[in-house]
Formats: sequence, C-alpha cells, structure tokens
Amino acid sequence: MSYIEIDDVDLHYGRQSGAANGAGTLALANATLSIGQNEFIAVVGPSGCGKSTLLKLISGLVKPTRGVVRVGGQSVKKPLKNVGMAFQNSTLLPWRNVRDNVLLPLEIVEPYRSQPRSEAALKRQRADELLATVGLADFGDQMPWQLSGGMQQRAQLCRALIHEPSVLLLDEPFGALDAFTREELWAVLQNLWLTRKCTVVLVTHELREAVYLCDTVYVVSPRPGRVIASRDVPFPRPRTLDMTYQAEFVELVHACRHHIMPGSAA
Amino acid sequence: MKKATVENLAPWVTTLLLLILWQLGVMVFHVENFVLPSPIEAIQQIWANRYALLQHGLATLSTTLVGFAIAVVFGLLLGILVGSFRLVYVSLYPVLIGFNSVPKAALVPVLVIWFGVGSVPAVIAAFLLSFFPVVVNVATGFATVEPELVDVLRVLGATRLDMIVKIGIPRSLPYFFASLKIAITLSFVGSVIAEIVAGNNGIGNVMLIASSNFNVPLVFAALLVVGVMGVGMYAIFAALETRFTAWSVRGSGLEYPTSG
Ligand SMILES: Nc1ncnc2c1ncn2[C@@H]1O[C@H](COP(=O)(O)OP(=O)(O)O)[C@@H](O)[C@H]1O
Ligand SMILES: [Mg+2]
Repeated sequence: MSYIEIDDVDLHYGRQSGAANGAGTLALANATLSIGQNEFIAVVGPSGCGKSTLLKLISGLVKPTRGVVRVGGQSVKKPLKNVGMAFQNSTLLPWRNVRDNVLLPLEIVEPYRSQPRSEAALKRQRADELLATVGLADFGDQMPWQLSGGMQQRAQLCRALIHEPSVLLLDEPFGALDAFTREELWAVLQNLWLTRKCTVVLVTHELREAVYLCDTVYVVSPRPGRVIASRDVPFPRPRTLDMTYQAEFVELVHACRHHIMPGSAA
Repeated sequence: MKKATVENLAPWVTTLLLLILWQLGVMVFHVENFVLPSPIEAIQQIWANRYALLQHGLATLSTTLVGFAIAVVFGLLLGILVGSFRLVYVSLYPVLIGFNSVPKAALVPVLVIWFGVGSVPAVIAAFLLSFFPVVVNVATGFATVEPELVDVLRVLGATRLDMIVKIGIPRSLPYFFASLKIAITLSFVGSVIAEIVAGNNGIGNVMLIASSNFNVPLVFAALLVVGVMGVGMYAIFAALETRFTAWSVRGSGLEYPTSG
C-alpha cells in the first residue's frame, strides 16, 4: 500500500563523532509517516525541526539512529539511485546552459547513462519539451545566471524530473521567491505532477503552499521534530489560486497553523 | 571605449614612470653604478649582451616551464585528491603546510648533492616552489562544492568519479587558472635561485658571474629579463583563464541592456 514508510525513526546528529556526555542534536524523534505511491505530501514545521533531515532519511543520505525507513518495500541502507531533488537555492551548474543542466541526470542514471551517443538528439528534444511545459521553451541555450530566480527554480524542477524518478523530494523549493512568482510556480508544479505522477515529499514552511499542492499535510513540532498532526486535503485538482481564498481552504490552513502555534489566535 | 584605452595604457605608463623615477633617483643622488645602476645602463647592458642573455634566458625559460608543467600536473592530481577525499585532506594538509614553510632556497644545495650541478636542480626548484598554490586552489574548488549539489548527485546514484568529472573539475577550473598565474611566477623564482646557487647555465648563472665581477649593471639587466619573462607568461595564463572560465565572471564579455 504505502510506498515510503518511516517507522518510528529517531535521528541524532553528532552522536557517533565521539562528542562526550550525549552532546549532539536530536533532530527527529519517533517520526512515523506512511506515504502512498504517487501521493503528494507536504511536511510543514518551524525552521530547524528536522524537515530537511527527513528528506535525507528518505533518500538514504543519512541513516536513522533508530527505526527503519522503507522505500518501495526495501529498507533504505544507502543513498537511493533514482531520486529527483530540488532545493531553495539554485543548484544549477553555472558552467552549463539550462538545457545541459536539465540533462545532467541522464548522464548519471541508468539506463540513460549507457545509451549510445546517437540518443543525444532525442534527449535534447526531451529536455526541450520538459522546459517548454514549465514555460522555458526559449531558454535552453541561456546560462543559469541569465535567468530570474523563478526561472531557475523552474529549470531545477525540470532537472529533478527529467529521468522520471519515482520519488521527488523538494526542500523549500520556492522559499526564496517573491509571493507572485511562488504562486505561479505552485501551478507549474501541480501541472508537472498531474502529467507525470510520482511520489512527492514537499518540505515547506508556507502553509498555503502545502495545502494548495498536496494530498496530506504533516505538521512537525519544533526540535526534536515529531509528527504532531496530519491533515488530509480533500480539494479536487487541478486546484486554483481562487480556491485558496475559499472558506474551507482557509480553515484548513488555520487548523494546520494552530498545530504549530497552539497559543496563537486562529 | 575611452575607459578601456586608459586601462590598457595604465600599466605601461606606471612602468615607465617607475623607470623614470629610478633614473632620476640615480642621477640626483649620484649613486655609483656598482651600487645601483640606472635603468638606462641596465638596458644598455641587455643590448650589449643580447645574444648571451637570449641564450641564457631561453635556458631559464625552458627549465622553468618544465618544472612548472610538472607542478601543474602534480598539483592538479594532488588537489583533486585532497579536495575530494576527507581522509587525504586531514592526513596531508599539515605536511603540505609544513613543507611550504620550508625556504626552498635552502633545499637547492641538497638537490645539487643529489643531482649534481645543472638544470635538474633548477627544474626541481621551479616545481617545488610552484606546485603548492595549484594544490590549494584546486582543493578549494573541490571542497567548496555546495552540499545540496552533492546531495542531488548522490541520490541519482553518481559515483565518486562522476562527482569529480561533472562537478569538481569544472567548478575548480577558475581556481586552477588563478593558481597558474601565481605558480608560473613562482617557478621563475625557483629556477633562477637554483641557477644562482648551482647553475652552469641560465639567467641566474649570468647574475652569479656578473656579480662576482662587480658588473652590477649586468645583474640588473638579467633581473629585468626575468621580470619581463614573468610578466609575459603571466599574461599568457591570464588570457587562457578568461578563455576557459568565462562562465565564472558572469555578465562580463556579454553586454546586456541595463536599466536606467
Ligand atoms: N549535518 C548535521 N550535523 C549536525 N546537526 C545537524 C546537521 N544537519 C542538521 N542538523 C541539526 O538538526 C536540526 C534539524 O535540521 P534540519 O533538518 O536542517 O531542519 P529544517 O530543515 O527543518 O530547518 C537542526 O537543529 C540542525 O542544526
Ligand atoms: Mg531545511
């Protein structure tokens, strides 16, 4: 049933490094999550609560101190090999043009990696098509620094998806953008996900963003992060910005906010 | 347009002014030429000894370039290792720093004991003086790769070699070329020192013989020749740098309409 399972996981940073008297950081405690195949979930919580750590656990970049992480039924022991990732800051390679940046995963992931050079033209075409779907049709030949922040994030999404990963991990991908650009990109991301389904874990501290995009919102407490609530988002897709101002939507956002800051007036 | 012309002329003008200042100083204070010759005397000496200086200059240039080439290859490889493997970094860095603190001139006599007089000690000295900046710069380029980028590649299943080839090397190229400009000038220092201490050839040797004959103008003539060669090589590597690492100086070269 569930594709990604996080089963009562603790993550303690800096314990192995010989720091005396239990120093180090307990970043995540008793984390339990279960994400269905092709589900889109969001993880929200205050800064430093272990959201990025959760993504690293899923992708196998860090090993749980306690508990098990399973992806596709397999216990994750080392970094997975076919995951798409995007971050808040642009990690495009400044020496490659946009198209070649998008093509990077195909140079690494099998089977694309060992395909003959004769496939190159097809791959280029594929990158261009993907760029076109995010509104970057004419930007393949540009260098990353010639793109605005929002466009760079579009390109980053393309790079994260070109190899059709089964898991897409997004770490505050729109966190550094202005509000208008961010809302534009919500639509872009929703569109990408609707046309090429994969399991998405979106980390964000924008509650509207979480509710707009996902099937389930998980709320994480301040450090040590614990999953303190989960809310299903029932609204039909494709969702629109107008919906975000409707009563049910606003209510759900407030409910999530209330989990994070119980004291604050809803 | 005008600004570019000024910038192109500026270094020549500065050099000329310094030479004039030097000339005036020598004339005004009546400095004896066995203490400090005037630039005109030094240049006269260059002309008078043009064939010898050309021959010895080329000898110095070739030993320098051989030592430099070894330093570049060695420095690049070591820089990649130091930059991409933490254990290599931890175990080697103190040794490298310690080694770089040793005055290499002090090593030349030892090199002579091992390899005899001639161009071998000069090549080695050129190498020893110049590989360090290459190692440090390349390693810096590797070590400062954004951790998020490393994560993106690791979860695609990238190997160590993929990381080095696709990220590390292109990313450290600007650092590498910057280090070449420093390394080439240090190579000259190394080879000339070795030639002075133990050469039978080269500009350093010319200086040694000239100074033992109290021919100070010739010493300065030789110094000028080394300086000119150094600037020339520096210019070549600066040009290569702009050619190969244009992406790292964003915006320059490509003119985009600016608002206002
Ligand atoms: N590599 C690390 N070593 C030690 N502590 C870390 C490391 N990465 C994160 N932490 C700590 O773990 C906690 C959670 O970090 P993180 O997962 O990045 O939080 P978030 O993404 O929610 O802001 C923070 O207190 C952070 O300082
Ligand atoms: Mg984070």
